[in-house]
Amino acid sequence: MTEEMIIAGFGGQGVLSMGKILAYSGIMEDKEVTWFPSYGPEMRGGTANVTVIISDTRISSPILQQFDTAIILNQQSMDKFEKSVKPGGTLLYDPNGVLTPPSRNDINIYKVEGTKTAIEMGNPKVFNMIVFGSYLKVRPILSLDNVEKGLEKSLPERYHKLIPLNLEAIKKGQAIVETVQEV
Amino acid sequence: MGELKLMKGNEVLAEAAIRCGCDGYFGYPITPQSEVMETLMARQPWNETGMVVLQAESEVASINMVYGGAGAGKKVMTSSSSPGISLMAEGISYIAGSELPCLIVNVQRGGPGLGTIQPSQADYFQAVKGGGHGDYKLIVLAPASVQEMNDFVDLSFELAFKYRNPAMILTDGALGQMMEKVELADFKPRWTDEEIEEKSGSWATTGKPSSRKKNIVTSLEMDSNIMEANNHRFQEKYKKMEEDEVRYELFHCDDADFIIVAYGSSSRICQKSVEIARSKGLKVGLLRPITLFPFPNKIIAELARKAKGFLSVEMSSGQMVEDIKLAVYEAGRNTRVNHFGRTGGIIHTPEEVVEALEDKFSWELNYGVKRSY
Repeated sequence: MTEEMIIAGFGGQGVLSMGKILAYSGIMEDKEVTWFPSYGPEMRGGTANVTVIISDTRISSPILQQFDTAIILNQQSMDKFEKSVKPGGTLLYDPNGVLTPPSRNDINIYKVEGTKTAIEMGNPKVFNMIVFGSYLKVRPILSLDNVEKGLEKSLPERYHKLIPLNLEAIKKGQAIVETVQEV
Repeated sequence: MGELKLMKGNEVLAEAAIRCGCDGYFGYPITPQSEVMETLMARQPWNETGMVVLQAESEVASINMVYGGAGAGKKVMTSSSSPGISLMAEGISYIAGSELPCLIVNVQRGGPGLGTIQPSQADYFQAVKGGGHGDYKLIVLAPASVQEMNDFVDLSFELAFKYRNPAMILTDGALGQMMEKVELADFKPRWTDEEIEEKSGSWATTGKPSSRKKNIVTSLEMDSNIMEANNHRFQEKYKKMEEDEVRYELFHCDDADFIIVAYGSSSRICQKSVEIARSKGLKVGLLRPITLFPFPNKIIAELARKAKGFLSVEMSSGQMVEDIKLAVYEAGRNTRVNHFGRTGGIIHTPEEVVEALEDKFSWELNYGVKRSY
């Protein structure tokens, strides 16, 4: 199993940290992992994306043109990465930041009302964990136990009290993800 | 098994330095390697192992602090990125001329000049051909994963002390910024004064007891005859490294018609290119030099007997390609050697590499090997 994915959105949405928790969860599942960010002078508000690769075997290139899965959280990223999903691959997006929904008919498309649900839950910061939960629902490559361990590893100890909240957000995301199209 | 962590290449360099018993780090911040010193400062190893971490006022100051520490027989290091390494060039030449061991890490970015903060491999010549003035060589190691960023810190010190020569880890912004699973090494204690005396007492300035002559650390010699003898000694040392220390990795080379040669992050990309090429029916292999100096000449000579072509894939306009050409020439072969690479901070994709290979070797792919060009 090799899952090559891109998570793309605005800086501040928790794109990089979602990738990090995903990668740590992969380690807990005894997989090889690579986390490769776009780095540069960008600050909050600019675009941010991260490539995450989880595999049973040694990982080759961290630089990819085509992805098994794309998680897209704003319009710019949709413009850039919709075409990079492999045929038969998966695209998950939050319609809140996306004006033009994806139009390809050869990929699986799912949407999650992450922004709206995070506000309903009273904490906009759990947005990325809701999206993460939706991802785990449509691509069940990691067990929830290992995700919990991944959270423990990637969060500093002073934030461990927030793990139950994050797990709740993940479960919420699993429950609310909507299928737009399956191929 | 050691501790498994998810860490950035830069963070791992710092952690590995602490764990291998490094005595001192002297540096000056520059993107994309600032996390090295940031991690060291946050870890505060001076409380744990007694390791000194100091932000100097410039790169010139840091390399001269390294020079001083190395002269005392200590395990010392610095790290920087391309423009910063250029500033250190004079000091590196002095350290090589004084035959002192130390570790210099270059997390390359695009150049020339201040260039860009994105990854590049355009400092190959600077790293393997000297970089500063005079006839000298560095031992140059090129990690290709975050795990190797960890492993090569200790290895660099080992080789540096074995040959009394500065070692360099030549990496780039992509590996520095990338996080991967890493198994951290176990802690090794720093050398005690007695151990330093035992290992390096014959040359290090450890405080002169009445029992021995004074040790003088210098690269200056006014008598040309002695200076020439020094140069001969250095060259002997470099030859010995070429005999004993070459390290490389082969990937699908057994039946390969075409050999991609790539190091560091480029080799990771090319590993995927090999897979793509093979799925298209092209017999392509990958040679990954791990040591850039000493360069793996012999295996290139051997591969040149069967291969129809070599493609050097570097994030530069073509530097390592010259060493591959030399190795093929010295083996008496006329196998064609080409280069492909993006520059200025752009990283080539695996697909681009395959396209370049098909394009540059279209003759060989269609008609076989040309015996004369």
